Amino acid sequence: MNLLITAGRIIDPANGIDQIQDLYINEGKIEKFDDRTTINIDRVIDAQNLIVCPGLIDLQARLREPGEEHKATFDTEIAAAVAGGITTICCPPDTLPPIDTPAMAQMIRQRANEIGLSQVLPIGALTRSLAGEQLTDMAALKNAGCVALGNAEKAINSTVVMRRAMQYASTFDITVFLNPLDPWLKGNGCVHEGEISTRLGLPVIPEAAETVALARELALIEATGAKGHITQLSCGRSVATIAEAKERGLKVTAAVSAHHLHLSEQDIGEFDTRCHVIPPLRSLADRDALRKGLSSGVINAICSDHQPHGFDAKLAPFSESAPGISGLETLLSLTLQLVDENVLTLPKAIAALTSNPAEILGIKAGHLSIGAQGTLCIFAPNKRWKINAQQLKSNGTNTPFDQKSLPGVVCWTIIDGKVAFSIEEDKKINGG
Amino acid sequence: MSPCIQLDRGGNLRHFLTLEGLSRQTLVEIMDAAESFISIGERRIRKVPILRGRTLVNLFFEDSTRTRTTFEIAAKRLSADVINLNSARLSTNKGERILDTIRTLEAMHTDIFVIRDNCSGTSHLIAKHVPSHVHIINAGDGRHAHPTQAMLDMFTIRQHKNDFSRLKVAIVGDILHSRVARSQIHALKILNVPDIRVIGPRTLLPTEINKMGVTSFYELDEGLEDVDIIMMLRLQLERMEGHLIPSAQEYFHCYGLTAARLQRAAPDALIMHPGPINRGVEIASEVADGSRSLILEQVTNGIAVRMSIMAKLITAHTDSKEKKK
Repeated sequence: MNLLITAGRIIDPANGIDQIQDLYINEGKIEKFDDRTTINIDRVIDAQNLIVCPGLIDLQARLREPGEEHKATFDTEIAAAVAGGITTICCPPDTLPPIDTPAMAQMIRQRANEIGLSQVLPIGALTRSLAGEQLTDMAALKNAGCVALGNAEKAINSTVVMRRAMQYASTFDITVFLNPLDPWLKGNGCVHEGEISTRLGLPVIPEAAETVALARELALIEATGAKGHITQLSCGRSVATIAEAKERGLKVTAAVSAHHLHLSEQDIGEFDTRCHVIPPLRSLADRDALRKGLSSGVINAICSDHQPHGFDAKLAPFSESAPGISGLETLLSLTLQLVDENVLTLPKAIAALTSNPAEILGIKAGHLSIGAQGTLCIFAPNKRWKINAQQLKSNGTNTPFDQKSLPGVVCWTIIDGKVAFSIEEDKKINGG
Repeated sequence: MSPCIQLDRGGNLRHFLTLEGLSRQTLVEIMDAAESFISIGERRIRKVPILRGRTLVNLFFEDSTRTRTTFEIAAKRLSADVINLNSARLSTNKGERILDTIRTLEAMHTDIFVIRDNCSGTSHLIAKHVPSHVHIINAGDGRHAHPTQAMLDMFTIRQHKNDFSRLKVAIVGDILHSRVARSQIHALKILNVPDIRVIGPRTLLPTEINKMGVTSFYELDEGLEDVDIIMMLRLQLERMEGHLIPSAQEYFHCYGLTAARLQRAAPDALIMHPGPINRGVEIASEVADGSRSLILEQVTNGIAVRMSIMAKLITAHTDSKEKKK
């Protein structure tokens, strides 16, 4: 089985390539291709006026399986991922039960393999049951396929446990995923402490909840020499802190969710529960600082922080509604919107979704070198689509971007040389 | 601001959820009508038939005897059939339960729901999900709004001071957790009060409160200088025991209203409190029971103002429907 993609604009940030050329995939791998007449081509994809880039790598997406299948399953969410051009998904350890044993990690990979589309890479738990007390069998988790270890949204309160966890993880060269949010300062808060919390009288998550925890994690990264990745930032001040840490040579990377780059506390309006997320949407100044951090390279990657919910999870008073946004299918478009708004160049935007996350995870993906996996996303950059939450492939219709028009339509998603998603096929089946 | 769900397409008041975004005219109309309802309370037969044949449900998810009772009396004086439901919500699937409860009661042909809940935004949530003939009155949602309380406060002020645009008003105490304060601030702004102050320790003043158009003071004496109206807030017991203030004693020492401190205010300054009062915590008994206190008048006025709001929701909406026909 081979595949020729013709006349597309190839953007491969890892190799510094941005040019129109053909791309040939044979037996799942990218191969050099000089003279097309001498080979039998099984399938040709005309990518004229389209962009061809590595398949997207999402550093944080909840698929809800196992444990919360009433919200979503691998089947629904992986279908959503490929429709959004995402070919690699990192699954945080807070599944039910959590990914704190090799068996759980293997099970997750196996479930994804059965479906045979996007790869799902488990992030293992840093502590058993995510309880923040006892370390997990980290070496075994790594061998079972965990690409990093973290404690998801469950804070590790004890600084001793956190220090030991980082030390032990660094023994095996495991990257530690960190969600800096001080549990006491967060309390039962649900929105940024600012104008909107004051007007609506909602319990707050002050900026310090993030900056205090971040300072602690960075100090421990420095003390232990561990490799740390900050899964999500929400405050401008955190960007400055990360920048300073990087300057001092700490091994730290950071990501931001696509929605934090577009929304602010103002979007909550009159208790719009679709904008209830953790960390919370902060001020417009914070949003702009996150954008700057991304363009300057302080923030390395953009993730979806996909959190699908059943339809009634948001039908509650704001503070009692479930936090999270369904984000797989809007990740690429929200990132391209940043290109439209002159925040990022197109290659930088694509790097934030492909080569940079691959580097954070230390995986051989996210580039289009000869010999690499033929895993691609082919999209129409200037074509716009109107988000219709009810028509998303994800089981989660919980998106504040419903009815918004965004740039970037995924035309094909190719995984290991096979078509995993084609918009034409999709239209035939779903009659779009 | 997003389109206000409490107004119908014709701009008539459909729900009463918050004062934010309402016009001065609406507030004045409510107060004018309340004036006429005052006299009903003084008659031998204290009933008018405005809500005859209508059903009002008091749905209180948070304990309250005082407020619920005034709503009940107000509705009964308007001849409505009143049902009181007090139910503490369970902490899981609360939202679903609220909407389920509402739908069930709606199926029994309820016209007005009076809702109190300890979550900000509950009455907004409900208002978004009821059919157009059902009206919601917010009787207090979390820290967000308590618009009927603020209206009765404005009504009480108007009985004593004839020009809002010349007033200096101070709101004292736990602004952070107070739905009353937020609604009072909106009301005072709408009625063009030029000088609105909030006074309290930094732990009890929300950040960016100044964006609501008020000035913050951390010292009571300074904040009370020349004010015409002092609106005290209740300090909840749990705040005294937490880490927001060190003790009730220190709070009273710094922010308690005493006769001596009252000297700072204008000579004819009046004192208000939404009740129930904590004597010796936020206010000294001699002040609470003194001649300048309007606390009991507020309670009496609460009935007339709530009658006025209920009548307005039903009549404004019925009128607009008939006009369409």
